Amino acid sequence: MVQQAALLSPERIVSEFQKNGVTHVITIPDSETNYLYELMKEQPWLDVISSCREGETMAIAMGLSIAGKTPVCLIQNTGMMESGDSIRGMALGSGLPLVMVVGYRGWTRHGITPDSAAVYTEPFLNAFGIHYYLVEHDADGDRISLAFQEAKATNKPVVVLIGDEYHGFNR
Amino acid sequence: MFNAADMFKAFGKHRDKAIVIATGTSGRHWREASTDMKRDVALGGSMGQTTAACLGLALGLPNEKVCLFDSEGSLLMNLGILPTVSGKQPKNFYHFLMDNECYATTGGQPVANAQNLDWAGMAKSAGYAATYHFDNLEDFASNVGDIMKKAGPVFVSMKIVPEIENEPIGRRQRQPAGRSRGEMIRDLREIAGVKVS
Repeated sequence: MVQQAALLSPERIVSEFQKNGVTHVITIPDSETNYLYELMKEQPWLDVISSCREGETMAIAMGLSIAGKTPVCLIQNTGMMESGDSIRGMALGSGLPLVMVVGYRGWTRHGITPDSAAVYTEPFLNAFGIHYYLVEHDADGDRISLAFQEAKATNKPVVVLIGDEYHGFNR
Repeated sequence: MFNAADMFKAFGKHRDKAIVIATGTSGRHWREASTDMKRDVALGGSMGQTTAACLGLALGLPNEKVCLFDSEGSLLMNLGILPTVSGKQPKNFYHFLMDNECYATTGGQPVANAQNLDWAGMAKSAGYAATYHFDNLEDFASNVGDIMKKAGPVFVSMKIVPEIENEPIGRRQRQPAGRSRGEMIRDLREIAGVKVS
């Protein structure tokens, strides 16, 4: 059985958030990010905003960014696809940097998946011209910082895809 | 029902330094009533998400009052925002709803079940700190001053006379171009003292 220690730990993600000055995470928790949610709620420097629909997260993030905060949207790829108009009008349309951390449901290292959520994830991002970084293990964690740097340099949204093939966030 | 232009005049007397976001066909009248353009912001851009953007602004600027003049067609597109707002209880958020019972900008088609919706009741059930409903100008005008002193999130439902646009898009009279979103963000950050590294 694959040990969680070899995968992407929630601590690494939260550490990257802190390093990059994240002030708010706007999220809809899912089964893959449950433990991450608990860890985020424990951080005194971080405000977690529970949203009801993924499209809200980009809009809330825009308002926070205008106010000088550093928000992150934490959603799943299914919700990201539902949020197309919000990504267009709020994330891309604001001209402000934004990192969206997106659970890559259905992703496998083999490149073959029966899950259409995974099949359409990267084509969706490419259609919007949004750059993305794949993060699978703790060793990939520095890519999260790269995403923040790129978002800030381009004033655009950048996505971190969490290729959590083994549901490493679950305890 | 009462007119949006009259409603905005009444509100304007009690605005003080609040940041104002006015949406939809009725929201255009705020331009005529506003006396502090730098505190007026357009946060539209995607369907039904202006309320969420205003929530973000209110949470990010807790020392500024944020007043949204929303429309019911827009709010229905993302009704889940009501508990999202309530979940954070922003004391500086004032959510006004201009309910004209139709999609005025597309020709006046009715909003689903428009005449039977209890907007203030929905907001109250979702957890807003205070909710109100007005169907005439006199009551609104005599209460809006006190409402602006309440701790949010406050929800104010208003029955507003629809101003239906039924001309083809190409024949409609264009509003003069306002400030770009970038200019609005710059102005707002300046007056709110927002520093961005």
